[in-house]
Amino acid sequence: MKMKACQAMVECLKAENVKVVYGYPGAAICPFYDALMDSGIRHVLVRHEANAGHEASGYARISGKPAVCIATSGPGAVNLITAIATAYADSIPIICITGQVNTDQIGSDVFQEADITGAAEPFVKHSYLVKDPNDVPRVFKEAFYIAGSGRPGPVLIDMPMDVQNAEIDFKYPKHAEIRSYKPTTKGNAFQVKRVMAELEKAEKPLICIGGGVFASKAEEEVVELAHLMNIPVITTMMGISVFSDDDPLFYGMLGTHGVRSANTAVNECDVLFLVGARVGDRAVKTPLALEQNTRILHIDIDPAEIGKNIGADLPLVGDAKDVLRQLIERAKPMEHKEWIARLDSFRTERVFETPRKGTVDPRQFIDKLSKAMPDDTVVVADVGQNQIWTATGYHFGKGGRFLTSGGMGTMGYSLPAAIGAKMAAPDRPVMAVCGDGALQMCMMELATAIQHDVKVKLVVMTNNRLGMVRELQTRGYNDREIAVFLDGSPDFIKLADAYGIKSCRVTDDKSADEAAELLKNYDGITLVEVRVDENTATL
Amino acid sequence: MKHTISVLVENHSGVLSRITGLFSRRGFNIESLAVGPTHDPEVSRITIIADGDEHTVEQIEKQLNKLIEVIKVRTLKKDECFARELMMVKLNCPAEKRSEIMTVAEMTEAKIVDVTLTTVTLEICARYNKLERFIEIVAPYGIIELVRTGTIAIQKGADTMDRKK
Repeated sequence: MKMKACQAMVECLKAENVKVVYGYPGAAICPFYDALMDSGIRHVLVRHEANAGHEASGYARISGKPAVCIATSGPGAVNLITAIATAYADSIPIICITGQVNTDQIGSDVFQEADITGAAEPFVKHSYLVKDPNDVPRVFKEAFYIAGSGRPGPVLIDMPMDVQNAEIDFKYPKHAEIRSYKPTTKGNAFQVKRVMAELEKAEKPLICIGGGVFASKAEEEVVELAHLMNIPVITTMMGISVFSDDDPLFYGMLGTHGVRSANTAVNECDVLFLVGARVGDRAVKTPLALEQNTRILHIDIDPAEIGKNIGADLPLVGDAKDVLRQLIERAKPMEHKEWIARLDSFRTERVFETPRKGTVDPRQFIDKLSKAMPDDTVVVADVGQNQIWTATGYHFGKGGRFLTSGGMGTMGYSLPAAIGAKMAAPDRPVMAVCGDGALQMCMMELATAIQHDVKVKLVVMTNNRLGMVRELQTRGYNDREIAVFLDGSPDFIKLADAYGIKSCRVTDDKSADEAAELLKNYDGITLVEVRVDENTATL
Repeated sequence: MKHTISVLVENHSGVLSRITGLFSRRGFNIESLAVGPTHDPEVSRITIIADGDEHTVEQIEKQLNKLIEVIKVRTLKKDECFARELMMVKLNCPAEKRSEIMTVAEMTEAKIVDVTLTTVTLEICARYNKLERFIEIVAPYGIIELVRTGTIAIQKGADTMDRKK
């Protein structure tokens, strides 16, 4: 069928069953926006392009499919880069469509021209600068395939304006044929056998799960295998909420900011089975020591992750879901009574502090929230102390979901990602938790939520400080505190009023209970400001 | 340790920058890089000489393989490939030195490609080590300019990029 390439772009999105896109228009992307108008695809106007990427990221993580964000050429495209890098670090499939100046102007520094494919290259799984309009259907098919398959990641499509306006004969390909891209999904049967033999032989086996479990949708499989063989489980930050915190085999998050039970488990186990976890430096500080004392079995769909940060005694390249299925078929019931009893002895109850008057212990408030909120709540933590408080303090029930920017640690991720998550799962409560620092990096998105009636709940922990950096300065730089005070911040309740959204402030136990009730029961955009003691430690 | 890495890539614009970008951002050192089309116009072959230990080379291979446009990567061991590099050197060459330099050229299997009243330009194609020795030998005459292509390499015997012997 003959049509303009910009219409073909819309047809491609329809063929990929895209229902919503996040973006910000500009001159160079106008042809595509014009074609989008009568398409039935919902467009969400963000207030900053980086948030278009984060919203797509939140949507992709909850829907399990690549999500789309759009920006214009030059500054619009460049603003997307933070979101692209954030998605890349956490292996989130997003498709970024950017406008570009006319092909005959590329390279001449015209108005709003930026080499976005060049600038974003380190952070994309793949990118295209489309110069032939006839390539549009193939490029889109490939982009969705590449973003969502193998180890997922962001794919960028840069579309010059004249290419968007050119006429083409549109036919959407059924399959993407890329001879140089064939991700391994099926685990090698021989290696699977060897992994099982190691797990059976182990006296103190431990499973460490990462974000790869979500990427391969292997949540059920990993729970099933752990229970079949009675193997204790710990998680990286990216794997939080795969296991319910009520699960007796689950010992929490490991790492610099992890909990004692998880860190003891990883130090004492004899066989460590890594599933979709890349052993980032925040999870394992001294991989060499671990390598020497422990048999490491490592499943990852990305061969480059195996042996990158930690040496594996037994590598297994494949999709976690498939590999775990194969393992479950071979698994025999086992007990590890002594080992489990020992780990149980390291479980610690959180002790809360008496906070300064007019504030609450943030960890206690998080604990209260997790008791109040329904089990299927999606919790999006920002970056800083609030991330750690939420990651280790929120008690996830069955069916809950935790999202955060784990790899890149991008401040301002929580609110936009929550908006995307809520749109992917309108029936689930979605709650963002952030600090007063991060909120001021993304609070413009409150307008986006209001404009599109996306009922997100926002918890802002305020201490008028960049708490985590301040803690670093206190401990590592002799109390020399610089550039960590947020004087000049607005009154957040008045800000909520200005936006016309419901809000309340938490300053003591009573108001904390009321806030938890409000977050639980009120189905609308909510902002809860929680005054927290500035001296509360991260851990 | 030096490694010879052979890479088949889609002959698209931008591929080379993806590859060089990957080397720089991952902290891999490139000694030389040579690229050109193959008998299949859609495929280019790149030969990279890189410095690093076994772990680094393994990571280079894996990271290269992750690039969508990379079709095949192989690290070629010294004894399983022929490696060659082309070099051209312009030397100071007054008339009284001409015959001496001609003798050097003959002994080293270098070719004289250009002569002027004051200079001579030599061309030599050989392995990396031989080129290094050649530079030592001609340096005393005064090197005015020197240019080299970077090493290219091909497997010995019937072995190809697709199939090991």
